[in-house]
Amino acid sequence: MTNEITNIVVEVMPRFEGYVYPNEATFQPLWSVLIVLYPYITGLVAGAFIMASLVRVFRVHVLEPVYRLSLLTAFAFLLCAPLPLLFHLGHPERCLEVMMTPHLTSPMAIFGFVYAWYLMAVLLLELWFDYRHDFVLWSNTTPGFKGLLYRLFTVGVTDTSAPALALDHKIGHILSVVGIPSAFLLHGYVGFIFGSVKANPLWGNVLMPIIFIMSAMVSGIALCVLNYMVLTWIRRRVVDMKCLDTMCMVLFYALVVDTAIEGLDWIHRIYSAEEGFQVIQYMAREKLFYTLSVGQVCLGTLVPLMLLGLLQLARRRVPELWRRRMCFSSALLIMIGVLAMRWNVVIGGQTFSKSLRGVMTYKMEFAGLEGWYMAALLLSLPFAILTIMIKLFLSEKLPSAEGPPATGRG
Amino acid sequence: MIPPEPAGPMKTTREQQTPKPVEQAPCSQFSRRNALGKLGASLVGVFAAAAARTAKAAVQQLLVSSSAPKGYDPTKHSWRMAVDANKCIGCGLCAEACKKENHVPEGPYYRTWIERYIITRPKAGSGEARGEVLVDCPNGGMHGFPEPPVAKEDILHSFFVPKLCNLCEHSPCVQVCPVGATFDAPDGAVLIDPKYCIGCGFCIQACPYGCRFLSPVTKTAEKCTLCYHRITRGLKPACVEICPAEARVFGDLKNPAPNDPLQAFYENNRVQALKPHLGTEPRVLYAGIDKEVR
Repeated sequence: MTNEITNIVVEVMPRFEGYVYPNEATFQPLWSVLIVLYPYITGLVAGAFIMASLVRVFRVHVLEPVYRLSLLTAFAFLLCAPLPLLFHLGHPERCLEVMMTPHLTSPMAIFGFVYAWYLMAVLLLELWFDYRHDFVLWSNTTPGFKGLLYRLFTVGVTDTSAPALALDHKIGHILSVVGIPSAFLLHGYVGFIFGSVKANPLWGNVLMPIIFIMSAMVSGIALCVLNYMVLTWIRRRVVDMKCLDTMCMVLFYALVVDTAIEGLDWIHRIYSAEEGFQVIQYMAREKLFYTLSVGQVCLGTLVPLMLLGLLQLARRRVPELWRRRMCFSSALLIMIGVLAMRWNVVIGGQTFSKSLRGVMTYKMEFAGLEGWYMAALLLSLPFAILTIMIKLFLSEKLPSAEGPPATGRG
Repeated sequence: MIPPEPAGPMKTTREQQTPKPVEQAPCSQFSRRNALGKLGASLVGVFAAAAARTAKAAVQQLLVSSSAPKGYDPTKHSWRMAVDANKCIGCGLCAEACKKENHVPEGPYYRTWIERYIITRPKAGSGEARGEVLVDCPNGGMHGFPEPPVAKEDILHSFFVPKLCNLCEHSPCVQVCPVGATFDAPDGAVLIDPKYCIGCGFCIQACPYGCRFLSPVTKTAEKCTLCYHRITRGLKPACVEICPAEARVFGDLKNPAPNDPLQAFYENNRVQALKPHLGTEPRVLYAGIDKEVR
């Protein structure tokens, strides 16, 4: 900032530097850590679904071991995606008004429909058509409560004749094809919720939806890599290296595109240096140094780019164990980097005043609705749901309708 | 295994005319047409329900959700506020009156506030036209301002700017509200229905002027309503009523009073809007402000 700015408010509330509008001088930003989790979890859904679509639509059969795992991952995270948003509302009991009396110019209202469409019309149906044959089989062979559950999941449709299965497969394929643009739409809309805010120079940006879509793909694929490796480790199985190498290849190229687009965004910001650039520059240097420069750029992008790039160039020379380690650490770093990116957008966009004359400091509380505990709980919830789903739908003890049980395909 | 014959009603005419081999007959319980038909019908149902509720909400917006008295016709008024910053003395009575009149919660919550701008003289030989810009607003300016932090002889310009909802023609807050709880009234006021607001805070993020806040009491968004409960009963907004310097000017463009101060303000001043580059087209216009005011 060219002008040195002081504010008498600083004497009273040391959490502010410079001048902030009086309504902005609250204890914590309006959208805090819960709204950081919301785009993060939604992004993981979109990415995991794209991973599954590679098998179904683009027929990358080498990824077959992670097909169902990816779909279940997407489903578990999708169930939890709106929870942070819901908990954050001033009146959560009125949340259904977003669907019942939507205001159609609002990105948040349309997100409600896109979410419902994606959950009910795409993912749930695709899973059901994919699993229907297995449900029939398992309901006949599994005793007790689990058997009853499988019988319920069949919804009374027990036809396993060849034409019925062919129809299942065809509808599943169609849903997958429809699912790809839907996944893009889902997360593009999350990006648009921020990108549409022209009042905020960090958010109001046409590239925002595309940046969100690409980072969603990257984080979702990384999550599938992690889930697959952890699951095989828990089950004491051997990692299918062809599958893992292909996942890492996809992850690498997605990360390259993501880095290019985010780089383009920053180059444009620096070059055009519009109103608000000085305060954004200050934020990047001071307030967001650890989450942006260290977390997002170095650890979350450059290190995985180097590791995965090395694997693409010299895969055959790297021993299997090291390949696995490199894949695992890249995926983990990418997950952390994308979380840091969501933090930088959501919290970064609110720690400077819209007067562009001052900055705020955000210290996350431990307990409380918007604290560490709640965030950790909400982030663990989809993993807990996924664990139950894996027990139910990916168990090695269950007979498979399509061959011997594998790690990813039940 | 030969699958059973399809049930009678599910058999289409075409299937009856050209019977397929038994092996290729459709499965017994589902036909694609039937399933898609049901799916389509339920989707149409969901969207129809949503559309009906939207229509109802639109009617509600016009008729119910304000503090106006019965019989008030918003289409017969066009309320405007203007601010003559040249006249503001920074006494803070307007901010205080607003808090009391509208039961604005204690703490950093303001429907209107006053900012003090101090532009210092440039240092000798610096080659700059003006010096530093110092902005402050202690407690929303409610209790006036302390002595300037720089010596009087170092001040090039110093002035006060009252701030309030800019009542934008293209309000970003109205645009982004997911349920339509905040809306443009036909008389120029931008209002919030507190019984409808879900408290998501999107409007607060979208307002470029920092005029909205999430009330810790009602857990809904709040902002200046031009004292809608007063103006619809023929009174002036509390801040206008109390301003001793007549820096805030208020009027009805559709029913101008004799010697209307608002008309005089427009005639006598060249006016500015805040952050005009955002295209929000504020209806609150300012006279006597500086390029540093945002």
